[in-house]
Amino acid sequence: MIAMTQTLETRTPEGTATTAGAKLHARAQHGRTAETMIHVPASSAPARLTKNLPADAQDSLTWAETLAFGRYTHMELARGTRLRLTDLDGDACVHAVILRSGAQHERLNVADTVKVPWQAYMTTGHPLLSDAGRLMATVVADSSGNHDALTGTTNVAGNTAKYGSGSAHSPSPAGRELLTLGGMKHGVSQRQLPPSLSFFKGVTVDPDGRIQFAGSAGAGAAVELLLHMDSVLVLANTAHPLDPRPEFTGSAVDIVAWRAPQDLAALVDGTSTVDLGPEGRLALHNTELDYNARTSA
Amino acid sequence: MNAIAEISPALIEGKVVLDELVEARGPWSAVVAAGDVLTIVDLDGNQAVDCILYAAHDTGTRYSAAMTIASQGSIFLTTGSVLRSDSGQELMTVVADEVGIHDTIGGACSQESNTLRYGQHTHEQHACVENFLIEGAKWDLGKKDLVSNINWFMNVPVDPDGALGIVDGLSAPGKRVALRAEVDTLVLVSNCPQINNPCNGFNPTPVRMIVTRPEARA
Repeated sequence: MIAMTQTLETRTPEGTATTAGAKLHARAQHGRTAETMIHVPASSAPARLTKNLPADAQDSLTWAETLAFGRYTHMELARGTRLRLTDLDGDACVHAVILRSGAQHERLNVADTVKVPWQAYMTTGHPLLSDAGRLMATVVADSSGNHDALTGTTNVAGNTAKYGSGSAHSPSPAGRELLTLGGMKHGVSQRQLPPSLSFFKGVTVDPDGRIQFAGSAGAGAAVELLLHMDSVLVLANTAHPLDPRPEFTGSAVDIVAWRAPQDLAALVDGTSTVDLGPEGRLALHNTELDYNARTSA
Repeated sequence: MNAIAEISPALIEGKVVLDELVEARGPWSAVVAAGDVLTIVDLDGNQAVDCILYAAHDTGTRYSAAMTIASQGSIFLTTGSVLRSDSGQELMTVVADEVGIHDTIGGACSQESNTLRYGQHTHEQHACVENFLIEGAKWDLGKKDLVSNINWFMNVPVDPDGALGIVDGLSAPGKRVALRAEVDTLVLVSNCPQINNPCNGFNPTPVRMIVTRPEARA
């Protein structure tokens, strides 16, 4: 199982008592790899992250990262980007918020995301909607089916009660802390963060309203999102709030993104095999109208 | 008002510290002091009352549907439900309920989402988000502060296949729900103006807000 590695450095023979020695010591670390890390440029990612991608995706990779369990990442992605999250070892839980680039008052709205398409369980074809009646992203592929738009993420109080700690620097960081950090790096305060959804750990609802934790769909499951607007994506890989295990337990997630303008065009012109449903298509056209209205000819 | 008062007194006895009518389609807000009880009266039946809660002294601490659902293990709100912030703070507790099921997954209607649900021709209709914005502005709250909400008297079941939706309500004229404030709580309400689904019985009507202070505290 892939886990975050943190190598404690030791002094080199040259020592670190001088700026020259300290500089040599620092630079000697360049180019090392860890099991969980972002790969820059994205084309330098290990083959594991990019296998099974469409042929043209290899040439337009924009993001490749393995995100450790207990950590967060964030990226501003352009409209037409396709993102794949892979639950490599089957125990990731990726909490996500989406904010519109440059207009971050427009945010993911999880209530509209389940209410508008008349469906609580997200899978292929599900529209991820903003609070402005627009389509932020479409779930364009999904081999998991176990996701959650109802129970949100974890907080410090809950993780402290369950695991003994929940702060960002602790061994069991809460999702709210991690998402807040990611948001703040894009100028978004905790107050501006919307409720999140999560991938790779599912819940179901009984007819009497009781929530059941459905857990993971297993190792290797992947979910893919297509972005319909330039967006800031903040992701936190940490325990699901209803995970019944007493220990903070999970695994890393592989992230790759590439430019897929043809996939966006197919959804817009109705030739995609992905069915957004009537409400999702209306949302798509609201997004297109907004995009066209503010884009110079 | 007198006739209504006889039909629908506060659910929890106490000195009445506030008794106001919220007109159909309109907003409302008030701070309910810790220990006081807010009774919401569905005067004409099946009137959705969209509601967001904020800790009055720190409005960054605000109601979270997800946290409330995760904590109680159910999507439905009724007697015993503790309404929590996303930090886990207890804001209010449902202390009495004459309906049995209230919604907190359905969000609030907006002009924008109406275009997806019912068509572009509904875009100009008044909606809950506008009530929240205009009323929230009185408390220096803005769009960023509108996150998840409660829909008192609204019925949103989830089918085994995940299908969910707003269906005919279970409320009736005069039915009430009562909320005890655990901290001084700013209650922001939109008396839902929606006319395209059954959440208001296709006819938005007034509701009544009564705050009582239990005698021991009066």
